[in-house]
Amino acid sequence: MEKELWKGNEAIAEAAIRAGCKYFFGYPITPQNEIPEYLSAHLPKVGGCFLQAESEVAAINMVYGAAGCGVRVMTSSSSPGISLKQEGITYMCGAELPAVIINMMRGGPGLGTIQPAQGDYFQATRGGGNGDYRHLVFAPATIQEAADYVQIAFDVADQYRNPVMVLADGMIGQMMEAIEWHPVEKRVLPEKTWATTGTKDQRKPNIINSLYIDPNLCADHNVHLAEKYKAMEENETRWEAVNTEGCQVLFVAYGTPSRIARAAIRLLEKEGIKAGLLRPITLWPFPGKALKEAAMQDSVKAVVDVELSMGQMIDDVKIALEGCRPVSFVGKAGGVVPTPAEVASAAKAAMGR
Amino acid sequence: MRRIQIVTGHYGSGKTEYAVNLALSLAAAGHNTTLADLDIVNPYFRSYEQTARLEAAGVKVIVTSCGGAADIPALNPAVLSIFQNDNQSGVLDIGGDPIGARVLARFAPQLAGQDFDLLYVLNANRPETNDPDKALAYLQGIERECKQKATGIVNNTHLCRETTLDQVLKGARLAQSLAQRTGLPIVAHAVERRFAAQAADLLPEAIFPMDIYMKKPWEIGICD
Repeated sequence: MEKELWKGNEAIAEAAIRAGCKYFFGYPITPQNEIPEYLSAHLPKVGGCFLQAESEVAAINMVYGAAGCGVRVMTSSSSPGISLKQEGITYMCGAELPAVIINMMRGGPGLGTIQPAQGDYFQATRGGGNGDYRHLVFAPATIQEAADYVQIAFDVADQYRNPVMVLADGMIGQMMEAIEWHPVEKRVLPEKTWATTGTKDQRKPNIINSLYIDPNLCADHNVHLAEKYKAMEENETRWEAVNTEGCQVLFVAYGTPSRIARAAIRLLEKEGIKAGLLRPITLWPFPGKALKEAAMQDSVKAVVDVELSMGQMIDDVKIALEGCRPVSFVGKAGGVVPTPAEVASAAKAAMGR
Repeated sequence: MRRIQIVTGHYGSGKTEYAVNLALSLAAAGHNTTLADLDIVNPYFRSYEQTARLEAAGVKVIVTSCGGAADIPALNPAVLSIFQNDNQSGVLDIGGDPIGARVLARFAPQLAGQDFDLLYVLNANRPETNDPDKALAYLQGIERECKQKATGIVNNTHLCRETTLDQVLKGARLAQSLAQRTGLPIVAHAVERRFAAQAADLLPEAIFPMDIYMKKPWEIGICD
């Protein structure tokens, strides 16, 4: 198919429509406004409904309601707005409701800035809401991946009856790149027999709730959820390894920093240093096993974690490496993006050069 | 060329790249040039980000929205100097889409009787403007919101780093078709410098060669 030029946010919105998303509830915030803007223009054309809610809290609860009706539904926001949605997200995990949530991260904490950042890694992978819950987190690094993984996210959400987050820094939402609309992997999905679609006097009402008054039932529910999360860890972990075989420096980065790390690899190559990149595509589940395999090669002299934060994913890197390798960090938070040269310098410093 | 060049278009048409290159070429030709970044809808990839380069070339830069980094749709009153001081060339970089063009409506009283071009930058690789009907609809939307009529078309068909000469030519056909339907002239085909000579051989209209300044963070110091 012929390539087209798409802005990240628009591609995410179009991808949702192509995945059969019919409902969107959200509240504006920079740098993700083109998502609601696009869907407000295009969802009505496919018989869907776009609604600008009175707040992020209202929007996520509308998502809860629509998901309970068994339809494909999405919401999007940026960092402070995603904080407001955390209660709804834990309720959806508890009630086992599928939906797609986009976080186009900006600088924080608090209102922060509108420039790109990755300070919401902890929130996305550990959960900003209460209770023992998990949800898959996709981290696209290109507009093509954003378009593809948003579509895949809807299938994953339906398969596991669980919300899925697509986490990107604002650069991914705001930049333009050439993409093609190709078919993405499709899953065979079970019918949503649990959805509240009306009994038509032919079955008992479906009840969707995250409340368990009997603690034994709540304990059983937690065991059931944990089994589901374990299946996600086994089946849904994704990563990309770039130039890792025999590398002296191993970068670990996702999203925009992974693009900068790729550029740094080229800079280091000119100086005779072989650098590689382990790029998590899912942040939860984290590809710790693949990372450890790459990092434990004899050739590896330094592991360098690159983030648009003060160091969050680095915790998962350290957990994965179990103390077997020292981990260096280079990154900037608050909306400032390091240059390829800065990342290359950090790698050399980590090698002791 | 008229004294004030107003650059409009769809998101991703390449307005900003064209506006920056235009201001630099005017300054290089000896014009006293001011560029006003009037984009109040787009937070990233804005012409003000090129302030150091523009100022070094002698271009005065007027920035809106609190230095550009905040999404506050506040206009810098210094913009008025472009209308008042007629011994300078002005380039107005307007935000994308009809919604971005709305900012111009505020300057309707100042634009009355002024010597200006309102340019519609067109990219055939953008899905919302990739055929004559859609390109015309966007043009009309921009004209409606900014309360001005376009005076010319700039073909700026590109795919960022993946642009080919064929795409420039595809964009030229779209621009020619739009020109026929609207009666507007094609002011130029704005092309990366590497395509300029070939494009000049193949296209009857003017060619405006451009250098790429609006880079992604991982292209800085890499793709020069």
